[in-house]
Amino acid sequence: MSVPFEPIVGRYMRLDLFGRPHRIYVEQAGEGTPLLCLHTAGSDGRQYRALMNDARITSNHRVIAFDMPWHGKSSPPSGWHDEEYQLTSAQYTAMVLEVMTALSLDKPILIGCSIGGRIALHLALEHPDRFRAIIGLQSGAHVDPYYDLNFLHRPDVHGGEVCSAIVSGLIGPDAPEAERWETLWHYMQGGPGVFKGDLYFYKIDGDIRGRVGQIDTKRCPLFLLSGECDYSCTPEEMLAVARSIPGSEATIMKGLGHFPMSENPQEFLKYLVPVLEKISAR
Amino acid sequence: MIEALKQRVNDDAALVRRGRYLTTTFLLEVGPTAWLISIFEGRVVSVTRGPFVMPSSSFALRAEEAEWQKFWASRPPPGSSDLMALIRRRVLKAEGELQIFMAHLRYFKEALAKLRPEGVAA
Repeated sequence: MSVPFEPIVGRYMRLDLFGRPHRIYVEQAGEGTPLLCLHTAGSDGRQYRALMNDARITSNHRVIAFDMPWHGKSSPPSGWHDEEYQLTSAQYTAMVLEVMTALSLDKPILIGCSIGGRIALHLALEHPDRFRAIIGLQSGAHVDPYYDLNFLHRPDVHGGEVCSAIVSGLIGPDAPEAERWETLWHYMQGGPGVFKGDLYFYKIDGDIRGRVGQIDTKRCPLFLLSGECDYSCTPEEMLAVARSIPGSEATIMKGLGHFPMSENPQEFLKYLVPVLEKISAR
Repeated sequence: MIEALKQRVNDDAALVRRGRYLTTTFLLEVGPTAWLISIFEGRVVSVTRGPFVMPSSSFALRAEEAEWQKFWASRPPPGSSDLMALIRRRVLKAEGELQIFMAHLRYFKEALAKLRPEGVAA
């Protein structure tokens, strides 16, 4: 019996976060420089499946993706059933640093998309010495709400259906069908109110417009990659961030949307591989 | 052109199935021209061109004709590919009882994308 297995290994980690015990799902593949991956709002670490399956990345990187609490295979903390989930900048920052400490990651490269790209800016500003380099995908300093977020969590609208329908247009036109619908399936699987709770960080609490210009790229190199077809974090918004941060490098990715690593991995890798080569040459 | 919606939606069995719990009438405004579109259990039963004296609808979608034409292009430019993209740019106004629109958002996006040149997916 010989079936192909992917090189990805997943395990559950017991970790205290915000003073409460958590059960966090972590996937890893490859060996070398740690590359810590942060998924988008309302999704999970499966978005990085292609990076973990590509020898160009895993031959010299230890690729790690964890599902945030409430997401994917990570549970919400005990007591969640009477709480409203709302992600804050402080919690998100603490979570990333705690996971790094728990996994003994010494100066990883951080890559984050959307909310992950936003917290990447926070981390570049507040904890630059903890990272070898930071890569922000779809990184904007702020996004104004453009629809009523309450529709994401109410009993007369199916949460999975509406979350995927809200984001489906953010995928670029050339995404392979299988990857497009895999990406949307993750959204359909999100728990009730979780996408909405993440967007509290993205659209309200995580606004970093006033401080983003203080990021010091001499302490932590910053690379920004943004899909051309993303209307949530537009290329213009990424370029505005880049212009305010001396030394940052920004690239617009043709034909890609808001989920480059998941919606169209082969196109995305054309942009990511050179960035990783540049980081390893430093 | 809008009249083509009826046959194109009804010919798509998967789309009709997705809309099997959707029965409503909504107003579509393309610049100065209004259309009332009635749906019964996922099938478009009528597409009626205005002007109307007292149109009754659950909700309305309103945009300038130039914006709809970009949305209905065979390869819409970034920012025009999706109803939510138009809403994000504040060029599409969605007004009325939006619970119906949001509960069936994928249906409405794919139905209106049917007005793209034939053979182009939503």
